[in-house]
Amino acid sequence: MKIAVCVKQVPEAQHKRLDPETKRLDRSGEGALNSFDANAVEEALKLKESGDAEVVLVSLGPEKAIDALRKGLAMGADRAVLVADDGAAGSDLLATSRVLAKALERESADLVLFGQQSADSDGAVLWAAVADRLRRPVVSQAAELSLSDGKVRVKRQTEFGYDVIEAPLPAVVAVSDAINEPRYPSLKGIMGAKKKPQETLTSSELGLEASDLGESGSATVVYALNEPPARGDVQKVEDDGNAAEKIVEFLAQKRLV
Amino acid sequence: MKSLVFLEHHGGEFVKNSLGVLAKAASLGGDAHGVVVGAGVKDLAPRAGAFGASKVYVADDASVEAPLPQPRVDVLAKLVRDGGYDTVLFGQSVLAADIASALAARLEAGLNWDLVDLVEQDGKLVGKRPALQDSVYADVGWSSEPRVALFRSGAFDANEAGGEAEVEDVAVELDDFSTHATMVEQAHAESEGPSIEDADVIVAGGRGLGGPENFALAEQLAQALGGAVAATRAVVDAGWYPYSSQVGQTGKTVSPKLYVALGISGAIQHKVGMQSSGTIIAINKDANAPIFEFADLGVVGDVHEIVPKLTELVRQRKS
Repeated sequence: MKIAVCVKQVPEAQHKRLDPETKRLDRSGEGALNSFDANAVEEALKLKESGDAEVVLVSLGPEKAIDALRKGLAMGADRAVLVADDGAAGSDLLATSRVLAKALERESADLVLFGQQSADSDGAVLWAAVADRLRRPVVSQAAELSLSDGKVRVKRQTEFGYDVIEAPLPAVVAVSDAINEPRYPSLKGIMGAKKKPQETLTSSELGLEASDLGESGSATVVYALNEPPARGDVQKVEDDGNAAEKIVEFLAQKRLV
Repeated sequence: MKSLVFLEHHGGEFVKNSLGVLAKAASLGGDAHGVVVGAGVKDLAPRAGAFGASKVYVADDASVEAPLPQPRVDVLAKLVRDGGYDTVLFGQSVLAADIASALAARLEAGLNWDLVDLVEQDGKLVGKRPALQDSVYADVGWSSEPRVALFRSGAFDANEAGGEAEVEDVAVELDDFSTHATMVEQAHAESEGPSIEDADVIVAGGRGLGGPENFALAEQLAQALGGAVAATRAVVDAGWYPYSSQVGQTGKTVSPKLYVALGISGAIQHKVGMQSSGTIIAINKDANAPIFEFADLGVVGDVHEIVPKLTELVRQRKS
């Protein structure tokens, strides 16, 4: 059994900024493993512990993203594959899913896991595009996941409650951050991570053309970055015993009641 | 613009969020068409006419009854190709996000998500996309057609303009792999009343409510205002309220007309899920709570004293 976990390096929260020139996220500063991906790594490790599985981390990012992959290796993943290509900068959903699908095809894992969103762009869509390219079943928002008889069974959180969905392997599943509490890497895990196999690939090694990735492989553009629309005046009042009346008056003025 | 809007439905009704997107598409001119996928949805389809659809496709078949994304991708991909649609629009939901993303890959179409508006600017279609905790609003667009867009919950009002839609049946032809995932057990609603995606008014509770039993205060006020109840991550994690009501970075992003925050500090993780609401009212006993920096009306006081009175006053006014 092979489990591939797609992970991403994201800028540390305090370094998050958009480059006014490229209008892209500035990835030059310190990076970290996307915290939502740690849930996917944890779930893969739990499956490995309850059965027998190889856990492979797969990522697209700059070369230094290997640091984020090492965090996953330190947690217990077996090896890491990083597609690092200068030409991939600025890849949108189309280009990113194209590259990841190629890297995943090469691994032909039985189960592909994603975290529920990226903490930098707040994207929560990638898995479905990747699954479509791989022509595999996909289930997202997994709050519980189990494997039996060559099938994955998922409890999916939706706006309306919980669904139970089953899909035969190979399958793609995106896990919710409610699924587990990711472990912290042990000192032994951190020391051992460096020695685990870490492969860095270019897109051409995956059989992709330059036009498949980066801006030329993307179909979305950012025209401009603007200030958010200003909110109206902010009022703050202390409750003097008549706060409820004040609120109703305010609602009435705004025709909200 | 020739646009196709995915009309999501639940419990025999359209999800309001997707009707809002339809009304927006119709307001931009051109052809705004809708598509309804499910079993026993023929009667529902013509009702989209009132929200601006001049035509509604119906894919009515037992094989697409369960709300799973991949069969819907097959139906939409065929419609977009055969009908020559240049734009496909979705309102945010777990289901719609998966369909939009897979459809984008299938059609090699660009997807912009989490949009709060769509406008024509210098002859181009431009989406408004809040980024970095809504501290920046990016103007985003597409370099090719078709374009796929996914809008934030509550981005648009579901305005009824009145109108009639021509209804056209479409055959359901599914790809083999699209049928592999199957629904074993479908969700039933955990709470009554509107869902937080559909509500014009949201009353949200945080730790400041003091305990799960005090969510009754939020529920009563929500009922009086005709709204839904939401919760912060902290109280969902503590088991006070179901996850489906969680607003914030790891929950839902909502933009109701009115958001009433009870005992919520307004930490950034919550703020990103609700700051695009029309009007925000906050009640919190901590005068230094960050929510007072962005609430239109902030009241420093005790929710347990103010909310019952407020609920009573709202009820009186409405009766």
